[in-house]
Amino acid sequence: MESSILSSILFATIVAGTPLIIVALGQLIAEKSGVLNLGAEGMMSMGAIAGFAITFETGSVWLGVLGGMAAGALMSYLFAVVVLTLMGNQVATGLALSILGVGLSAFIGKPYEAEILPTVGTVRIPLLADIPIIGDPLFNQQILVYFSWALFGAIFWFLYRSRPGLVLRAVGESPSSAHSIGYPVIRIRYMATIFGGAMAGIGGAFLSLFYTPLWVEGMVAGRGWIAIALVVFATWRPFRVIVGAYLFGGVMVAQLFVQGSGLEINIPSQFLSALPYLATIIVLVIISRDQNTVRLNAPVSLGQPYRPDA
Amino acid sequence: MWIRLERRPEASHLMSYASPAIAIVLMLIGGLLLFAFLGKNPIEGFKVFFIYPLSDLYGVSELLLKATPLMLVAVGLAVGFRANVWNIGAEGQLIVGGIAASAVALYFQESEGAHVLILMVIAGCIGGMLWAAIPAFLKTRFNTNEILVSLMLVYVAQFLVSWLVHGPMMDPDGFNFPQSAMFEDSALLPLLTEDTRLNLAFVLALGALIVGYVFMFRSFAGFQMQVAGYAKNAARYAGFSARRMIWIGMLSGGAMAGLAGMAEVSGPMGQITEHVSNNYGFAAIIVAFVARLNPVGIFFASLLMALLYLGGEQAQQYMNLPSSISNVFQGMLLLFLLGSDVFINYRLRWKKEVAV
Repeated sequence: MESSILSSILFATIVAGTPLIIVALGQLIAEKSGVLNLGAEGMMSMGAIAGFAITFETGSVWLGVLGGMAAGALMSYLFAVVVLTLMGNQVATGLALSILGVGLSAFIGKPYEAEILPTVGTVRIPLLADIPIIGDPLFNQQILVYFSWALFGAIFWFLYRSRPGLVLRAVGESPSSAHSIGYPVIRIRYMATIFGGAMAGIGGAFLSLFYTPLWVEGMVAGRGWIAIALVVFATWRPFRVIVGAYLFGGVMVAQLFVQGSGLEINIPSQFLSALPYLATIIVLVIISRDQNTVRLNAPVSLGQPYRPDA
Repeated sequence: MWIRLERRPEASHLMSYASPAIAIVLMLIGGLLLFAFLGKNPIEGFKVFFIYPLSDLYGVSELLLKATPLMLVAVGLAVGFRANVWNIGAEGQLIVGGIAASAVALYFQESEGAHVLILMVIAGCIGGMLWAAIPAFLKTRFNTNEILVSLMLVYVAQFLVSWLVHGPMMDPDGFNFPQSAMFEDSALLPLLTEDTRLNLAFVLALGALIVGYVFMFRSFAGFQMQVAGYAKNAARYAGFSARRMIWIGMLSGGAMAGLAGMAEVSGPMGQITEHVSNNYGFAAIIVAFVARLNPVGIFFASLLMALLYLGGEQAQQYMNLPSSISNVFQGMLLLFLLGSDVFINYRLRWKKEVAV
């Protein structure tokens, strides 16, 4: 009995952390190229509604995930045009993207508010899933959970083991040097930004297709912002993104379990619901106290516009 | 032949004023396309959105009423934005200001006299400032990113007000609805004219714009913040305290947002509910940018943004469209503005074929 509760808490933690991993890893790539896109919340919202609407209309979850990805990518393309081609302020443009995405998704999603999608089953990996306690949480999971791990592996390899990854980091550290040795800085930043948007779209689609299987206005509930905070927390290192995401997943799940457990605890539910947001602030404080770590790891040109004066 | 951007020798003054106008036109075109895409008559949509709300005097008074919190919040935020202090959490500061003002109103329920309102104004400002002080403190003490902290506190403030109206502040005779008792007359802002809902807060907002203008353009601290916004290093070499600017920027935004929260609960709402803010904290960010962080511009941009709110309500009522269409227009406006701002420093040139 005890172990099955532990197992289901672990399971829920991993599920709750998964969208954060996907979105944060996408943003990590964009930020490594020097682009700070604060529009994650808007891109996730658009991914969530696009995924939901497409799955609802076609009956295919996979088309939904693809649609969510496309919606996120499209939003980030818009962002990229404004900040990369037109050199708009990245902070303000990201905010605009968030406001637009949250509003537009609420607008598009109105007719779908009362609809429910069937729950998507988990994918069981034979043998491994039979391991007690950790078998179910790790090896009998939603397919996008496996995707998040594969994404981590791919990004780790890309950033630290491949030449294009090196170029990407060079663009983020010193766009003018990268430009002077012939790399197309703006094009690379476009690709990194759009990749970030596509991942944010998948993260959003995960919420509306796998996590809750329904659409509610405002359902992203700050996860886009938490994902951005997560990248800072991880000091731009992929492995720490995973750790941080599960930590946050744990906080989200813990408050749900306490609320749902019927335990006689005299804490208003609103205080428990506020925990993930407070945890984000605390984690940010802890990480930014150590300025050297942040400064050493943050891409030098993060948030700075660059224009090759050719 | 190809178009390319070429840096202007000097930033164009004309474009810095024309760019908001371009953004508004683009937003209108985007809106027409959106209506057409939804199978609605674009002209009809345009009328419902931008003409109907202003067709009578009551409509105009509603416009000014909606513009009031936007002016207050935007001018407060602009002070910080000028020095690149990014307070994104005005929405939360507005809610906490509304809570503080409501606490005063409910405490003085039996009381008559002007002191109730005065205390509410003070409480609202202090409430907003307290909430803004958290990111300011963490920024100055630990260098924690103020964007993320102030934003996270928006969610916390929403849970806080939800708890209060479900618990300690709930109307005991309110049939368990999540809202406070209606305030007594002494806790309500006096109306400017009968038959409308426009109240004294509008005058306060105009006052705040003037104070903001004087601070920004006629005070040394305002000048320092402007310098810091343009050239961080220059400000540092000149010995301007970055910490002080962060505190001033954050607290002015918090105070004005808190005052706006007070104006909402003490004005059109007359009580506190979970929906203190109508996204004013975020819309005001757009107002501040469209206005070029200038109080005169904020006056007009607030009116425009208020019109988008009213238009959204009308579209909901007459065209059966979700009112979130307002947010779509707002987001488009800011995005177009940021995009067209490129022409302040750059101009388009036909790229000539270069013989190699």
